[in-house]
Amino acid sequence: MDLLRFSTAGSVDDGKSTLIGRLLYDSKAIFEDQLEAVEQASAARGAPMVDLALLTDGLRAEREQGITIDVAYRYTATPRRKFIIADTPGHIQYTRNMVTGASTAELAIILVDARKGVLTQSKRHSFIASLLQIPHIVVAVNKMDLVGYSEARYQEIVADYRAFAAKLNVRDVVYIPISALYGDNIVSQSEQMPWYRGATLLHHLETVNVGAGRNNVDFRLPIQYVIRANGSVDQDFRGFAGQIVSGRIAVGEEVAALPTGIRSRVAGIQRGEERPERASAGDAVVITLEDEIDISRGDMLVRVRNLPHSSNQIDATLCWMSEEPMKVQPQAVGHFSGQWYWLQHSTRRVRASVQELNYRIDVDTMHREDAETLHLNEIGRGQILTTEPLYFDSYQINRATGSFILIDPHTNNTVAAGMIRDRARRVSELVAKQEEGERPAVPATRSANVVWEPVAVTQPMREALNGHGAAVLWFTGLSGSGKSTVAKALEQRLYALGVRTFSLDGDNVRHGLNRDLGFDAEARAENIRRVAEVARLAFEHGNVVLCTFISPYAADREAARALAPEGSFWELYIKCDVEICKERDPKGLYERAERGEIANFTGVSAPYEEPPEPEMVLETDRHSADELAERILEALARAGIVPGAEH
Amino acid sequence: MDETTLATGVAPAEGGEAVEGRAHVEDAGRSADGTATAGRVQPQAQPAASLTGHLRQLEAEAIFVLREVAAQFERPCLLFSGGKDSIVCAHLARKAFMPGRIPFPLLHIDTGHNFPETLAFRDRLVKELDARLLVRLVQDSIDAGRAQEEADGDPSRNRLQTVTLLDALAELRIDAAVGGARRDEEKARAKERFFSHRDAFGQWDPKNQRPELWNLFNGRKHSDEHFRVFPISNWTELDIWQYIAEQGMELPGLYFAHEREVVEREGILLAVGAFVRPRAGERVSRARVRFRTIGDMTCTGAFRSSASNVDEIIEEVAAARITERGDRADDRRSEAAMEDRKRLGYF
Repeated sequence: MDLLRFSTAGSVDDGKSTLIGRLLYDSKAIFEDQLEAVEQASAARGAPMVDLALLTDGLRAEREQGITIDVAYRYTATPRRKFIIADTPGHIQYTRNMVTGASTAELAIILVDARKGVLTQSKRHSFIASLLQIPHIVVAVNKMDLVGYSEARYQEIVADYRAFAAKLNVRDVVYIPISALYGDNIVSQSEQMPWYRGATLLHHLETVNVGAGRNNVDFRLPIQYVIRANGSVDQDFRGFAGQIVSGRIAVGEEVAALPTGIRSRVAGIQRGEERPERASAGDAVVITLEDEIDISRGDMLVRVRNLPHSSNQIDATLCWMSEEPMKVQPQAVGHFSGQWYWLQHSTRRVRASVQELNYRIDVDTMHREDAETLHLNEIGRGQILTTEPLYFDSYQINRATGSFILIDPHTNNTVAAGMIRDRARRVSELVAKQEEGERPAVPATRSANVVWEPVAVTQPMREALNGHGAAVLWFTGLSGSGKSTVAKALEQRLYALGVRTFSLDGDNVRHGLNRDLGFDAEARAENIRRVAEVARLAFEHGNVVLCTFISPYAADREAARALAPEGSFWELYIKCDVEICKERDPKGLYERAERGEIANFTGVSAPYEEPPEPEMVLETDRHSADELAERILEALARAGIVPGAEH
Repeated sequence: MDETTLATGVAPAEGGEAVEGRAHVEDAGRSADGTATAGRVQPQAQPAASLTGHLRQLEAEAIFVLREVAAQFERPCLLFSGGKDSIVCAHLARKAFMPGRIPFPLLHIDTGHNFPETLAFRDRLVKELDARLLVRLVQDSIDAGRAQEEADGDPSRNRLQTVTLLDALAELRIDAAVGGARRDEEKARAKERFFSHRDAFGQWDPKNQRPELWNLFNGRKHSDEHFRVFPISNWTELDIWQYIAEQGMELPGLYFAHEREVVEREGILLAVGAFVRPRAGERVSRARVRFRTIGDMTCTGAFRSSASNVDEIIEEVAAARITERGDRADDRRSEAAMEDRKRLGYF
C-alpha cells in the first residue's frame, strides 16, 4: 500500500465538503458514531437530509458559520492506497490556507459547479496548484445532477478549462463528471452518464502515479541533528541525522558538506536498526562519514558533482500570510535596521530582508500589478537578501530545497511562504556596470541571471500550436556506438510527421559553443551542463530535442535530466560492444587513442559509466538504426508526445 | 537536562529510572505463552522487518518531526500515557536517535486512576528504552488545592490532568511536549498542527494557528510559551496497528481480549476495580473484552471482543464501524467537548 496526499479547495456552495464526506462515506471511512453525530447535528439545524459536509467541518466556529476556515486533514484508505486529504477553504481571503494545503499535495481536486462553469474560484485554485507545482490535477465537474447529466454541458466546461489551463504550468489534468450528492462517478461508475467512459474519482486517486513530484536525481541531505553516542558498541559514534529530500546515496560514495565544501565518503547509513547499503529521497537516515568533519544542523550533504546553487540574494515568489503587511527594505548589503525576518530554509534559519517587490499577482486574473508591498493572502515576486548564503535549487526542480518560510522575529508567526525561482540579480546592478563600460562578470559557478522573465508564450501553448509534445531525447553511448546514426534516422521520421525537432551533436557544439573546453572530467561536466541548458531552452520552446553526446559520467547525465520535468527527459542508452565500436571507428579515433595520441578517450583511457536506469536500451550491434528509430518513435507515440505514425 | 533539578518533587516511579544496559523493546519480555492475559505483555512472534509503502513514509515523517523537536527546543519531553499511541511515539523516538539515547525524558501525568497493568508496562518499557521517566501525580494537585475532584460517585480525573500537566510543564520549564495525538481521532484534532503553539496559559487558539507549510516547522516562541508536538498526526488507528504488527512491538495486555468484570454505564462497559464500583441497580458481569484506547479506568470503555493478537485486532479495526474515542465517556459530554478541553490546555 502506498500513500497519496491530495488537496481540495472550495466553499460550501460548490459542494467540496459534500464531496469529501461522500468519499469518506463511500469508501467506508466513516464510523457509525460519527454518522450518528452528524445526523443529530443535521436535524438540530433543520437540514432536510443528512448533511455530509458536517463530517468535515470540524471547528465550532465553522459549524456555526457554515464555512471551512482552516486546513483540515482527513484520512481514508482503500486496500490499494492510503489517502491524506488536505481540505481547504476556497474564498480569496483564505488563499494562505489553500497554499498551505497545496504545499504537501501531490494531486489537487479542482471543483467546478456544472451549472456555473469555470468561475474565478476554480481558476484561483488552479493557479495556486500550478504555483505550488502540484503534479496532478483533477477537474471534478460537480452537480451534474442539476444539469440533467448533460454531456454537452460537460464538454463545454472541459473546453473552457483547457483553454484556461494553457496559461498555467500544469502537466497532468484529468476531467471527471460527478455528483457528490448522489455519488455518481465517485466510487462506482454513474448509470446516469453512460457517455463517460473514464475512471471514477476514487479509481483515479487509487491509480495515479505517486512520487511524480519527487526529485530522484539531486542528492540533498539537510542535516537536522548530530547524534553522538559512546556506548560499548559504538565507541565515539558521530552520525548526521536527517531526511534525504531528493536523490539517492550509497555507502562508499563521495559527498561534500556545505557550507565548508569539505569532501568525504559515506561510511555507513542507518535507518533505525537497519544498515542499508543505499537510501533515497524520503528516507530518514543517519549517515556516518569516513573522515571527521565538522558538520552541524543546517549544513547540507550533497554529491561533489551535483551541487545546489549558493547565494545570499534570491529571487522568489512569496505568498503573504500575515495581517501585518510585508516590510520592504531596499538597503545596503548586510545592514538590517529592524525590518527583517527569520528565513527558514530546509533545516537552516538565517536573517533576511525583502529588498524589492517586483510585482503582485492578481490570483484571479493572473495579471501582474505594481505594488508597494504584499498584504494578507497576496502573492507576488520579490528579491530577498539573507545574512548568510543559502544552498538551494529552484522550486520547480526541487520542492524541498526550493521552499522557505519567513518568520516575524517579534511575533514569531509564520508570515510568508516562499518559492525560490533563482538567484537574484537586480537589473539595476547589471545596467550600472554596463554603463561603466564593463561587461557583467560571469561567475564560474553559474551564469549570472537577470531576473528570470516569465515567457509570454508558454510551453503548453507552443505544444498546442505544434500539435505535439516536447521532450529531450538524450542519446548516450561510446564513440562509434551509433548515436548520431540512430538520431538522424529518428529525426527524418519526426520531420515526416511534422514534428518540430532540434538537434545538438557532440562534435558540432565543440566547434562553437564549447570550443574552449577540453576532455577531462571537469571539462566534460561543463560541456554537458551547457548543452543541457541549451536543450532545456529548445525543449521549453516546444521542440523534441535530440542530444547525441558520449556523456560518459552518470552524474552529468543526471544533472541534465534534472533540468527537464519528470517524464520529458529520455535517456536512450545506445549500447554497443566496445570491440565493435573500435571496428567501426568512423573517425579513426580509437586507433589514435590506442596509440596514445588522444588523452581521456572514453572506452580506452577514460571510463564510461553505463546508465543504471535508462528509459530505453538500444543495441546497435544487434539491430539496424532504422529498426531502433522505429522503436523510439513508437515509444514516443505511446507516451503521447508525438502523433502515432501511420502504417 | 539536569536530572536532579528535574526530579524535584517527583513521585518515585517504580523501577522507572534508567538502569544500566540497553535493551530494545522488541527483544524484551517475549513469552512462549501465547495466551492474552491482562497485566502481561502480549508476545509477538514477528520480527521487525523493513517497512514498505505508507508506513515507511509515516515513520520517516514522525522521525523527522521528533528530530526537529530535539534540535529546535531546549527542554522537550515526551508525554507518556501508557496507551498504544504514546508507546508508538516512544518507539519512534528511540529509532530517531539510535544509536544514541532519546535526548529528552518521558513525562507521565498519573491520574492515580490507571489500570495497574499500564503502570507495570510503563516501567518495563522505560527500562528497555534506557529512557528517563518523570511522573507527576494528579493526587498532588488535588492535595495542594490546585484541582478539585468531581463530586460524583466515580469521579473522572480526566479534566484534572490538565492542571497537573500545566503545573508540571511550568515546573520543569518544558518548552515542547511531544504527544501521541492523531488527527483522525476526533474532528477538532483534524485541524491541529504538527507544531501546535500554546500561549503562556497553555491554551490553544484554533482560529489563529500558524500556517504549516511543506515540512518547515516553526518552533519559535516567547519564553513563557510552549509547543505541543504531534509526530503521528497523520496516522490512523489502522496505521498504528499495522505498524505495531510490522515492528513486532510489545503492548499492554489490556489491548487484547481477556476476561474481566465489567459494568454497563450510559451504554459504555467499564472495568470494575478500585475506581469504578457498581452503583445501585447496575449489574456486574464477566465478559471477554478488550480496550481500544487506554485512559483512566473511570472513563475508558471496554468492548466485547475475541481479538487476542495483533493480526486479529487489525482485522477487527479494519471492519470497525465505531471510532476509537466513541468509547470515551469524556468526549460524549457535548458536540464540541474535545475542542473545549483542548482550548484549555488538554493534550
